[in-house]
Amino acid sequence: MKVLALDASNRPLSIAVLEDRQILATTTTTTHQKHAQFLLPIIDGLMKDCGLKPADLDRVVVAYGPGSYTGIRIATATAKVLAFTLGIQLVGVSSLQTLALNFTRERQLISPMFDARNQNLFAGLYRIKDGKPTVVIPDQHVELSRWLTKLASYKDESIIGVGDADHFPDQLPANFTMAENLNKLPQAANLGLFGQTLPAVQDIDSFVPNYLRLTKAEADWQKLHPEEDSSSYVEKV
Amino acid sequence: MKRNLMMAFESSCDETSVAIIENGAKILSNVVATQIKSHKRFGGVVPEVASRHHIEEITICIRDAMQEANVTYDDLDAVAVTYGPGLVGALLIGVTAAKMVAWAHQLPLIPVNHLAGHIYAARFVEPIEFPALALVVSGGHTELVYMPKEGEFQIIGETRDDAAGEAYDKVGRVMGINYPAGPTVDAMAAKGNDTFDFPRAMDKDANYDFSFSGLKSAFINTYHHAEQVGNKLNHDDLATSFQNAVVDVLVDKTLRALKNYPVKQLILAGGVAANNGLRTRLSAAIDQLPATQLIMAPRKLCGDNAAMIGAAGYVLFKEGHFAGLDLNADPSLEFDWAPDVIQ
Repeated sequence: MKVLALDASNRPLSIAVLEDRQILATTTTTTHQKHAQFLLPIIDGLMKDCGLKPADLDRVVVAYGPGSYTGIRIATATAKVLAFTLGIQLVGVSSLQTLALNFTRERQLISPMFDARNQNLFAGLYRIKDGKPTVVIPDQHVELSRWLTKLASYKDESIIGVGDADHFPDQLPANFTMAENLNKLPQAANLGLFGQTLPAVQDIDSFVPNYLRLTKAEADWQKLHPEEDSSSYVEKV
Repeated sequence: MKRNLMMAFESSCDETSVAIIENGAKILSNVVATQIKSHKRFGGVVPEVASRHHIEEITICIRDAMQEANVTYDDLDAVAVTYGPGLVGALLIGVTAAKMVAWAHQLPLIPVNHLAGHIYAARFVEPIEFPALALVVSGGHTELVYMPKEGEFQIIGETRDDAAGEAYDKVGRVMGINYPAGPTVDAMAAKGNDTFDFPRAMDKDANYDFSFSGLKSAFINTYHHAEQVGNKLNHDDLATSFQNAVVDVLVDKTLRALKNYPVKQLILAGGVAANNGLRTRLSAAIDQLPATQLIMAPRKLCGDNAAMIGAAGYVLFKEGHFAGLDLNADPSLEFDWAPDVIQ
């Protein structure tokens, strides 16, 4: 199976091309956040390095959120339209779980987190089981203090903080250790390996980023109109 | 000659659209998914909401456009896309989708200016002959564009503040009409009388620029003052008075431009080009100028759609004007000003 994997959820941009369990080529950059401009040239370059054409691909694996709304939308639109137009398989993986893929020590707890500003996070808690990160506390948009309360019952275990964990050096408890070096960055190669073990998306049309948060306009509207069905706001004319 | 088939994308604001166009002139399909119903809830387009809707609709639009046109990817010769101006997050969905279709099927990618698209909606009426002048009026733009030859666009005048369509939405809101207010105000204007004599800003100035914010303020002040003293104003008369003020300036400035820029064709385009008052008045005015033919974009193609992008994209295709894989959205893209504006 030939696989393209990509993560543009935040400032790091990571792309990999794989054939089954073999990583053919991968690139991870942190130099800019112009993912719309750089993503496809990097994909094209890696594919050419591997001697592959777009039509050779069998599956696209994408980190589809949470993260920067623009970042996850660029990655998701890229993967969604590519899978749709080539008629190949599509797999979405949590962008937080993607960071947890950097760790393999059995039973290790990992708390990937993205800074959502104003002391808010996108965060989840994962435990390595049979070599893979499994969900302990599902991904959510949450206040930092609330998240730390949720983690209190794990205070006797070590937790690896990754992502933007280092934005809160004084607020995280003593059982946190920070990820270092390459482990700090999402690795599309790991994403591509993991994505091969997951079932493909059944309905590509309805595949959208996992924002984990309503827009403010939408949230305010729903508060005022709790009974309204919000499923049919777009009409073909 | 083999026919040229182009897939075109448009997602600059609140419509997701994909079209299949033959030789830049014939619409095989033009699928438009509009988000108006969603943004009505908020009284205007909310950018993040728009971006989210675009990614929900994009593959559905591609599939429907190909099925309606009865084409496969093997039939396509190029992919065209609006890359600006517009809302950056909204533009990015169309740009990303167009790039992926072009890359996956090894097709040239053509970057189209949204306003060139609006002008080329007229191409579906008949071929554009040069030199031509375009009056582009929409919710985001009000400008006069001189086209000395195919593929060249020069601004000779534009709004200094609000776009005409924006002014319609704002006075509409004051009268309790939901976004987009243009069609309703236009219908009311047909029933009322011009009793308020609102200002015609910059009408006598020796340039081709517009200003609608003073008109908007005059309207709102009149309305609120009447409310405060307990007067109920006739909404139809308000609509007629407002619309006359807008149309007077648009027509006067266009006629002034035509005097100094004798052209074969005058093109009326953009969302507000669907306005009946404007269409009627401009038609009557152009009847006095036998050397200039008026082409009005078809009403169905005045709003945002991908067919017009395909028509404008075909001109670039013939010139070999292609984008690289690094094409990005350019939210503030605009035509250059004419080097010397003749006044």
